[in-house]
Amino acid sequence: MSATRVAVLRFPGTLDYESAARAVEGVGGEPVYAHHEDTALPEGTGAVVIPGGFSYGDHLRPGALASRTPIMSAVRAHAADGGKVLGICNGFQILCESGLLPGVLRPNASLSFICRQADLQVADSGTPWTGGRDEGEVLSIPFKHHDGAWFGDPGEARVVLRYAGENPNGSIDKVAGISNLGGNVMGLMPHPEEAQEPLLGSVDGRVLFAALLS
Amino acid sequence: MTLVVVTVMPKKGVLDPQGQAVQGALAHMGFGDVSDVRVGKRIELEIAGHDPAGQATKMCEDLLANQLIEDFHVEVPG
Repeated sequence: MSATRVAVLRFPGTLDYESAARAVEGVGGEPVYAHHEDTALPEGTGAVVIPGGFSYGDHLRPGALASRTPIMSAVRAHAADGGKVLGICNGFQILCESGLLPGVLRPNASLSFICRQADLQVADSGTPWTGGRDEGEVLSIPFKHHDGAWFGDPGEARVVLRYAGENPNGSIDKVAGISNLGGNVMGLMPHPEEAQEPLLGSVDGRVLFAALLS
Repeated sequence: MTLVVVTVMPKKGVLDPQGQAVQGALAHMGFGDVSDVRVGKRIELEIAGHDPAGQATKMCEDLLANQLIEDFHVEVPG
């Protein structure tokens, strides 16, 4: 079993799977696509990425329909065994709807789609997801979402990343990303797969992908 | 076949930006007497088999509503 093999999930309407797969390769991993109807993760899967997009057209609630697919049963079993799972944007919404992370993502308070570079402050340095950065250090990672306001009880999670400066979407406690209490399941609204190349302004997203292989 | 109507509404006390936006528009249009607007969804289910209301309630708990932020109401119109 290769610990570097990373399953990248694809649902109807998932958009960012190629960027996510490329980011996995960038940290030395081997991306393998897995699809919504699969009942098992690809053989040898060491970690899972759920990329962003609009799975099932965001019908009913963002992430609600994707969270009830066969592949998510396999992801639940993987997470229960301590396997790492990273959910980005719609992937974060799917993890919340699946019950793998607490809370839910609600429409931005402004009701606007927001797309820009964001400064994210490390709020908990004790998880693998921030690559040993100290609390208070800032990662520059872009976000693009309409339903990004996390609503839930921060006591049920570990708040890993907070928006530095003003809160762009009305999330509780300025939450940008949380992990479960065990630290192996992480979800965030910003897009670390889009912060991988110096040419694009930031490589701060690499730590989140490197964590998949750690 | 039984028609079951499910209503899903944002929980009281949970900010409803959609309702607020609609209220703002209504106020601009001169409907100033509106003191609150909440926007939810109505889902119509045609259900075969016994206990359609019970089946619909289970569907709400499992998928149709997220009870962290939404309340649901199941009705079998007579």
